[in-house]
Amino acid sequence: MIEAVLVMMFIGAACGILLSVASKVFYVWEDPRISEVEYYTAGANCGGCGYAGCSAAAAAVVAGKAAPSVCIVGGPESAQKIAAVMGVSAGSAEALRSMNSCSGGFRAADKYFYDGAQTCAALANLHGGRRVCSVGCLGMGDCIRSCKFDAIHMGSEGYPVVDEAKCVGCGACERACPKNILTVRTMSQRLLHFNELDDALAPCQQTCPAEINIPQYIDQIRKGDYAGAVNTIRERNPLLLTCGRVCPHPCENYCRRGIEDEPVSINQLKRFVADWEMNSGRRLPTPCAPDTGRKVAVVGGGPAGVSCAYFLRRLGHNVTIFEAMPKLGGITRYGIPEYRLPDEVLDWEIQGILDLGIEARLNQRLGRDFTLKSLRDEGYEAIFLGIGAWKDLAIGVPGEDQKGCWKGIEFLSQVAGSPDKKIPIGKRCAVVGGGNSAIDCVRTLKRLGAEEVWIVYRRTRKEMPANEVEIVAAEHEGIQFQFLAAPKRVVADAQGRVVGLEYLKMELGEPDASGRRRPVPVEGSETILAVDMVISAIGQQPDQACLNQETKEDRPAITRWNTYDNDPELLQTSLPYLFTAGDAATGPSLVVDAIGGGRRAARSIHQFLTGQPVQTSQMSLRKKHIAESLFKTVPGVVKKARTPMPELHVAERITSMIEVDQVISEKDAAYESNRCLNCCRICYNPDKRVNVA
Amino acid sequence: MGDYFVLIISCILINNILLAQYLGNCPFLGTSKKMETAIGMGMAVIFVLVMAGALTWIANKFILIKYDLVFLQTIVFILLIAALVQFVEMFLKKSIPALYAGLGIFLPLITTNCAVMGVCLINIKEEYTFVESLVSSFAYAAGFSLALILFAGVRERILLARVPKPLLDTSIGLITAGLLSLTFFAFKGMV
Repeated sequence: MIEAVLVMMFIGAACGILLSVASKVFYVWEDPRISEVEYYTAGANCGGCGYAGCSAAAAAVVAGKAAPSVCIVGGPESAQKIAAVMGVSAGSAEALRSMNSCSGGFRAADKYFYDGAQTCAALANLHGGRRVCSVGCLGMGDCIRSCKFDAIHMGSEGYPVVDEAKCVGCGACERACPKNILTVRTMSQRLLHFNELDDALAPCQQTCPAEINIPQYIDQIRKGDYAGAVNTIRERNPLLLTCGRVCPHPCENYCRRGIEDEPVSINQLKRFVADWEMNSGRRLPTPCAPDTGRKVAVVGGGPAGVSCAYFLRRLGHNVTIFEAMPKLGGITRYGIPEYRLPDEVLDWEIQGILDLGIEARLNQRLGRDFTLKSLRDEGYEAIFLGIGAWKDLAIGVPGEDQKGCWKGIEFLSQVAGSPDKKIPIGKRCAVVGGGNSAIDCVRTLKRLGAEEVWIVYRRTRKEMPANEVEIVAAEHEGIQFQFLAAPKRVVADAQGRVVGLEYLKMELGEPDASGRRRPVPVEGSETILAVDMVISAIGQQPDQACLNQETKEDRPAITRWNTYDNDPELLQTSLPYLFTAGDAATGPSLVVDAIGGGRRAARSIHQFLTGQPVQTSQMSLRKKHIAESLFKTVPGVVKKARTPMPELHVAERITSMIEVDQVISEKDAAYESNRCLNCCRICYNPDKRVNVA
Repeated sequence: MGDYFVLIISCILINNILLAQYLGNCPFLGTSKKMETAIGMGMAVIFVLVMAGALTWIANKFILIKYDLVFLQTIVFILLIAALVQFVEMFLKKSIPALYAGLGIFLPLITTNCAVMGVCLINIKEEYTFVESLVSSFAYAAGFSLALILFAGVRERILLARVPKPLLDTSIGLITAGLLSLTFFAFKGMV
């Protein structure tokens, strides 16, 4: 008996000593905070946080991967104590939220019928699910069963809906979902995401240069959740009031209803919710990630710069905008006339962005008041260059520098910059060019009291690059068009004042590289148009004089169109710290292109600042379309007329700068949002007739 | 050499620890939902069982038999296996972090695994030599992994079957395990 006890004691002691020696010998240094944090967790090893036990959760907190509020059993008290150990405030790490990116998987057609498989995992093993859609929700609710917090339920349309108030972001649903439909992401991760090949994307969302989740915000409008719609748009586009007014909405060209009917008026819906927010007098709160303390300079306060600054600020960086003009807004303020985008609206929108904590230094011109080098010396780690394309191209005909000759942007910015939006003009004016700037010039001239306003364009109306609606509006306002006319010289009198524009008649020949028929001059057809003011609005380029002060090392490469040479995916120039987007990088383009570019540059700058390689995803979709999502026909669609744009009567609008296009009514917004087929990628089932008839 | 071959075949197939001796059923049901976990668990069992087999054989021969304390077998083996698993865990964490990352979460599970204990006791009961008990430990563990991986494969396929609602998940798992066990009974005729 004693022998047995002694042997047991011996073996026990041997094991104990061996293990204690081993624990010293094989000691692996661990952050002491891990055990401190673990002490404050509930210690229940319940796995509710999504980590394998409390110590794993503690390690994740110390590694910065989990928030101090990780322990769901411990509650707020535990969160505060853990936050104290980590030296942060309890709410400062970004919360993870589960999001369902598929909103209509049940409407894709069935590939096969088999009711044996009762989980999503099983369906995923059987040819990727029974729907034709390869990326959508399978709808068996694996995520619902995986959620320990009862935060997911099956919605009425057969796909899971996340209750944001209950979601703790543990990630269990993301692991359970075989299709990557439910993703658990922080706000920063969502802001940094760009369209990818395997995302569930409706054709409109694939087309939008800013990649706004269009079906989602239209659905929110349909349900009356206007604030939700505004927030959805703001995740991709901070200038919704501006875009709602001036965007030529390329998305609508790909609207699936447009194949059988008129497309949904996507942009008017955007404007409706944007105006709803502004008229409500209360700004919706925009959350920002915790401060990182990194400094970024944004040169140019136009749409690209403001967008880049907005996204960088929301990612937690310190942003300063340097603007050459007295006010922010760039070409949207100084190029787009008051009657299309009132200053008041733009001011309200930009103020909301600055209120996030962005500093703006006005009247600061690159090359005059500061240089790229001086910015870097001031401690800005990365610089965004969004100086736009403000240098008007000259026509290149004699007499162009006479008194009474203007350039397009020069004229528009003078009007926009004057306090009462009025400058002296001629009586009979000719504008050369067929783009949006030319149309802006003629419509502005009309409003300033010009008796006769001409557009002189060397091709025909069909080839005009301006937006169709703008051309139609100009026609209504009594603008005269002189097509097939190439200016030859500007005629001036003895005092050097313009008295006419001599042009050569043209005829259309063979198509050129752009696919448009090339105008060929008709010999001896010179004609003089009697005008006393000529504006040339035939295109712009970035003005590169601002870089003259830079040393050779601080000069980015320039393309032959005078734009910055950058990587179109990453928007990084030949200088690693310098990023660019907007007209300065692309040449004159859409506001929404600049906004999308600003966010893209913000992603690269964020990667650059946080020491990650500046890169994009292999699956990046950038401006391409997913072939399977483009339908040729959409059977079953019953035609429903598109809501017309309410506009001021011509007689009323041509005498003032009052905004021409008006916002649609709430009733019309409800009607228009119900025209949306709520497409996503390929799901569309005529039998269900959702929003079809 | 032929004896070892017979020993291996009988340990893996005929006397399969899971399907013929019904030991280690908790991890058999618990870690068999996914192939990935089943493989991890199988490897961890092979790793630990070979070492436990050797250690307990030595302890039995040089302590328990020598001092005539065979009645302490169970409690001594429990102590040794627990200590061994702890030691191995620490050793792996320091020296072979890659292996630790792969097997780490399964090691503590094995501490209380009756399959490990059972094999150690069988080794003694059958009066194997040291080498024989090493081979049998390895072969039993391999049999364990084989059964676990087969079972995990079947369970992944069961998801596709039309299972009546009341029998979903563990219930159908147990029925499947029973059928698998019957299949393994066929090997009884081999030797």
